[in-house]
Amino acid sequence: MVFCQVFSGIIYYFTFLFNQVGQLRTSSHLQLRPGQENAKQCDTDNNRVTHGVNKCTVNNTIEKSLYSASRESLKMEPLADCSLLPGEERIIDKDIIYICPFSGALKGKVFITNYRLYFKSTDADPAVTLDVPLGAIGRVEKMGGASSRGENSYGLDITCKDMRNLRFALKQEGHSRRDIFDILFKYAFPLSHGLLLFAYLSQEKFEENGWSVYKPMEEFRRQGLPNDKWRVTFINANYELCDTYPTILVVPFKATEEDLRKVCTFRSRGRIPVLSWIHRENQAVICRCSQPLVGMSGKRNKDDERYLDLIREANGTAKLTIYDARPSVNAVANKATGGGYEGDDAYQNAELVFLDIHNIHVMRESLKKLKDIVYPNVEESHWLSSLESTHWLEHIKLVISGAIQVADKISGGNSVVVHCSDGWDRTAQLTSLAMLMLDSHYRTLRGFQVLLEKEWISFGHKFANRIGHGDKNHADQDRSPIFVQFIDCVWQMTKQFPTAFEFNERLLVTILDHLFSCRFGTFLFNCERARDTNELRSKTVSLWSLVNSDLSFYQNPFYTPESNRVLYPVASMRHLELWVTYYIRWNPRIRQQQQSPVEQRYIELLALRDEYLKKLEELQLSDSSPNSSHLSNSSTPNAASPTQHITHLHTPF
Amino acid sequence: MLSSLGSVGGKSAKPSFVSYVTPEEIKSEKEPSRKEKHPDLLPGEVVFCSASTVLKYTQDDLSQRGVFGALLCTNFRVSFVSDEAPTEEMVRTLFKNKLYGENDIPLSCVDNIYGDKRKLITGGLVKNKYPSKIIIHCKDLRVFQFSLSFSKEEDAKKIFQGIVHHCLEPKSLRCLFAFSYCENTSYPGSYSYCREHLRKKQTVMFDSVEDWTQDMKRTKGNCRVVSENSNFELSPKLPQYFIVPTNVSDEDLTKYQGKGLPMWCWSHHSGCALFKTASIPLVQEDNVCCRMLTAVAHNHLYSVKTEDLSDTLPTVQDILLSYNKFKQFFLIDNTTEFWMSDMKWFSSLDNCGWLDIIRQCLQKAVEVVESLEKENTNVLIMEEGGSDLCCVVSSLVQLMLDPYYRTLLGFQSLVQKEWVAGGHAFLDRSNHLHLKDKVESQSPVFLLFLECVWQLQQQHGPAFQFSETYLTVLSDSVHVPVFTTFLFNNDSHRDSLLRAESPHTQRSPLNCPTVWDWSVQFDCKAQDLFTNPLYTEKPKQDTSVRKSYRPRHLRQLSLPSSAFKTPPKKGFFKDEADNLKKILGVKRLSRWMLSPSSDSPQTSSSVREFYEAWQTKPLDYHGLLLPCLDGPSIRVWMQRYLRWIHDVQILGGGPVAMLSKVSEILGEVQELQRQLDRHGCTLTSNHKGARPRAKTAAAVIAARSSVRLSSSFPFVTSRNWSFKPAIPTSLLQSLMVTGIPGNLADREDDGGPESLV
Repeated sequence: MVFCQVFSGIIYYFTFLFNQVGQLRTSSHLQLRPGQENAKQCDTDNNRVTHGVNKCTVNNTIEKSLYSASRESLKMEPLADCSLLPGEERIIDKDIIYICPFSGALKGKVFITNYRLYFKSTDADPAVTLDVPLGAIGRVEKMGGASSRGENSYGLDITCKDMRNLRFALKQEGHSRRDIFDILFKYAFPLSHGLLLFAYLSQEKFEENGWSVYKPMEEFRRQGLPNDKWRVTFINANYELCDTYPTILVVPFKATEEDLRKVCTFRSRGRIPVLSWIHRENQAVICRCSQPLVGMSGKRNKDDERYLDLIREANGTAKLTIYDARPSVNAVANKATGGGYEGDDAYQNAELVFLDIHNIHVMRESLKKLKDIVYPNVEESHWLSSLESTHWLEHIKLVISGAIQVADKISGGNSVVVHCSDGWDRTAQLTSLAMLMLDSHYRTLRGFQVLLEKEWISFGHKFANRIGHGDKNHADQDRSPIFVQFIDCVWQMTKQFPTAFEFNERLLVTILDHLFSCRFGTFLFNCERARDTNELRSKTVSLWSLVNSDLSFYQNPFYTPESNRVLYPVASMRHLELWVTYYIRWNPRIRQQQQSPVEQRYIELLALRDEYLKKLEELQLSDSSPNSSHLSNSSTPNAASPTQHITHLHTPF
Repeated sequence: MLSSLGSVGGKSAKPSFVSYVTPEEIKSEKEPSRKEKHPDLLPGEVVFCSASTVLKYTQDDLSQRGVFGALLCTNFRVSFVSDEAPTEEMVRTLFKNKLYGENDIPLSCVDNIYGDKRKLITGGLVKNKYPSKIIIHCKDLRVFQFSLSFSKEEDAKKIFQGIVHHCLEPKSLRCLFAFSYCENTSYPGSYSYCREHLRKKQTVMFDSVEDWTQDMKRTKGNCRVVSENSNFELSPKLPQYFIVPTNVSDEDLTKYQGKGLPMWCWSHHSGCALFKTASIPLVQEDNVCCRMLTAVAHNHLYSVKTEDLSDTLPTVQDILLSYNKFKQFFLIDNTTEFWMSDMKWFSSLDNCGWLDIIRQCLQKAVEVVESLEKENTNVLIMEEGGSDLCCVVSSLVQLMLDPYYRTLLGFQSLVQKEWVAGGHAFLDRSNHLHLKDKVESQSPVFLLFLECVWQLQQQHGPAFQFSETYLTVLSDSVHVPVFTTFLFNNDSHRDSLLRAESPHTQRSPLNCPTVWDWSVQFDCKAQDLFTNPLYTEKPKQDTSVRKSYRPRHLRQLSLPSSAFKTPPKKGFFKDEADNLKKILGVKRLSRWMLSPSSDSPQTSSSVREFYEAWQTKPLDYHGLLLPCLDGPSIRVWMQRYLRWIHDVQILGGGPVAMLSKVSEILGEVQELQRQLDRHGCTLTSNHKGARPRAKTAAAVIAARSSVRLSSSFPFVTSRNWSFKPAIPTSLLQSLMVTGIPGNLADREDDGGPESLV
């Protein structure tokens, strides 16, 4: 019997068909081979299962037959149901016991390739499978020793970056775990072993080229830049002004290249205030930068002061608001290391507001605590108190309310400057969230990609350090889930405004999966300069190639475009909720259906409407009585997107 | 003057309150500006007192701004009538309650009144004193703040004492507005007409033998309908009509006056059934208990499980205490207070225990469902009184097992069956009369049930025909003292009072509306919001309606049941009875432990297994439904509790944004169906003819779709809220002072209230 209880990710209580047709794509997109129309079609059917849990009987029988077929073929070709990516190679396979926290110890076989760890149970029915990109592995440890007592006490303990741990047990005789441990350690952390990340080995091809999604000049032009107040400068073309900034920057028209160089000396790591976004009507801008190098002695810099005043002047408002993302205590403390904040007396026409967002270390610990209460089992007693004690949602609240303030200021016509210490973590969170609130373009599928490419990737969020791609130092203090936190904030917004975003939750989960997977080049390296040096764009594939080759999979059927509308989410704990379908997705008890019954019903109704419209049109043609032509006009423009999910459907208008 | 008037009504039981204020008195009291200064009074409504130039504070800021107007106290409500000309506010009539407006508080809806320095006002007052500001917390969670310092002293004193007297001090049942209203209203024709009307709409009232027989037939139960109590001869505490196991003899019925009588609730398709009973006092001979258990066991395969809910669920007092803490989180006087509490929100929520009580009730219901569904044993739930948690659990069990009760009419019938006919003491539990000796018995048990239903509905939206809004409105209606549904403690109480109050004594009892006649409160369009656009009727293959009631139980777990499933053999009953006694000896010990902290591992794991087994099967919205009880799955009923709090309204967002789109398309589909029908085209789809009313619901929302709905739709709409986002104040005091001059860019997009028209 094949059950249809589905949860995306690694433990699959169902087998062949789902694996075959892309259920895994919610987490790792293993099976997507471009041009496979068949697979895609089944895939859309399965989407309904993934989130709706329920299932029509026709599919059931197909699964059954496919399932039994797969079991037989399994004996001959053990990896048959896990199709390898182009460029993926098998390294080792081994009999092993997976100690599943939900269904107990399971005998099976593990396969390790240069991209993934794949496990399939042999004694459970339905088979349990695990499919973990090696990039998601944060730590591999030996568990127990050769003399350890107790069943299944000898083996491997794997900590993943995506909120789960895996434990495998092996036979104690003959150092049976040595080879698998060594191989796993080597391929999970290739950079520590002089190997290439898988993104550089992948031979995947897609219809779309994701690297062309973001073109800085195009994006600035969309915003109406350059104009008479703001100019584009190529001063950083060779990363000489600031090695963690992109090459193309927008600065006040009145600031000369010389000014920029002078300001550069007063800003931490040379990250000078540059324009991120401009309001079309009131010309208020969001600028981002790093902290000023005030230091203990309270240094001042006339050039920096004048430069900030130029930003204020550009749209003629009386005061410039500087948002320092940090708690004021931390900002003060930074003086000791040469940093600091803009003092009142030095910056006469500016007001400084601290947003009280904590640093990367606090966030890392918070997520760690969250993992403790949701994996493997959801904390039972006093769940809410436990949740509160992780402070995860509290941090989310602070980030969102900070972004609301930025967006609100901009809407009111005041320009703002946002910074934290270095301007690549909290700053990126705040500017990109504020832009998401202000600019409906960023709420489209492609616009969101542009937003990430621009505010996070090009402006040097240190992905390599924060995630630790291919690096064995799991305890590295530079690691922190800042980007995960940002995506969580976006998810909170999509939850509060279910019709305002063109993309769905699947896109967000996919992004987070490939944040770790190392299958695509998108999130590799710390800054543009490093990407150039490593020829990232020519040697790897972009995540957006995958996404944009199958856009409908990531589309929100409820999307209703409303340009120029500012979205203000409510930053109250009353409305913030734990992103269960991401953080607790490995737990089979947590149902993945929150909004999908609504989605399912909506899509059904859209299909029905189209069917009726078609019938009616036919009837009217034969009757030649055109009395309800107005109805055809009433079909909503976004009907096209969801209807793509219905394979037999034709949209007549 | 007024207090003495009131006390006359309080002391002497007989004279109707209508007589204690003469029309002349009212007139002289408020001659000037009376025309424009009072609300449209309902039939039978009388103004007691009023004061002008009362300031009603705007709730959502600290600026102490407000609106001037008159504050009145009538025999139905406390009402504020604004001096300002009604503008768009009056136009936004979509979800207007016909009985009271947004500035009206039905007297029984007043929860607490606070005076200066937030001092709780209680009944007995120092005369001649009145606070300059009063805060009224309502049971539907609205908060009103009035300043009396601008009114004439005499007026202020009068209105304050009037409000306190009528809202807080003990009164007799006949002072409740319902009686005055019903005497004076031409409420749809006669009693019989009304019944006929409801019949047509199929809310089964369970006030006749036929209703009970019908329901038992529907579930294929095989028990005995008792009509011997139709004049409450057996016991006034028992329902007029009820069903007991066939083995209960006439002697049993009369002898024990209903104590310990197992009352049938529902029959499972396997033949086993759910019964409830008031606990048998231990002093009685064990004989009774054993006889009754045997009778229950006899219903199906000699199996019975008993569960004493008093041992395993919180008491009604616990429920009240917890809810009192819980509701405070939503009775927000000002925004600062709100944001201050925001940081500790989750732990406060946890500490008040309300969600945990909900979880416990749901879990108990799942346990009972498991016994019925998996083990096919009869279940007898009991508690002292048998009409509080028994009602909660038994109705939840039926909702989970029987899709009929998840339809709107089915649900109303369920409430009639388990709660109204089932003798839940609505009057005592809500303590509308503020009787000192009833303070102890006050408890929001019915609300607790609605909360549990909401959780189920949240988790399995498409399974319910009624909407979240419906549940919220129902929870509010408990505090509108017009409906007979919630005014009495049991059948005999209702019967005797309605007869006594009837203007035409000896003839027919007073004709009062039931809450199910929604047209009393809402017009048709507003009622459309009661249906859930996600609900689809059961697919067509079962053509007859009758059949569709019958759950197909796709998720039925036909695991072999345990030892006592031996087939009944006639003639060997004695042996078996002995056997049974032994079994019962064991089984009577409640399997279930006190609280989740002391949860016996085997219980919760058994429930968990049952849930997991169910979860792995494909979900059938017309079959068995089980709730997920994990921490993240039990949530706060946002619509009910957050609807009035300005700072948490998501403008243009919330689930309503999606649901209104579904309704819109549903409307289009149904319109197309009609057109196709006109063309004589036969449709294969089961959408044909589904809920004609849903179409108008969709149309209503579609018409408003140009308007941005907020997350508190439909309760708060189109208020001229500033588009300024709410920024947590506890974080950033500094930011609160900097005002932002005119958000022109937003306003263009915002639309504003004008577009509502």
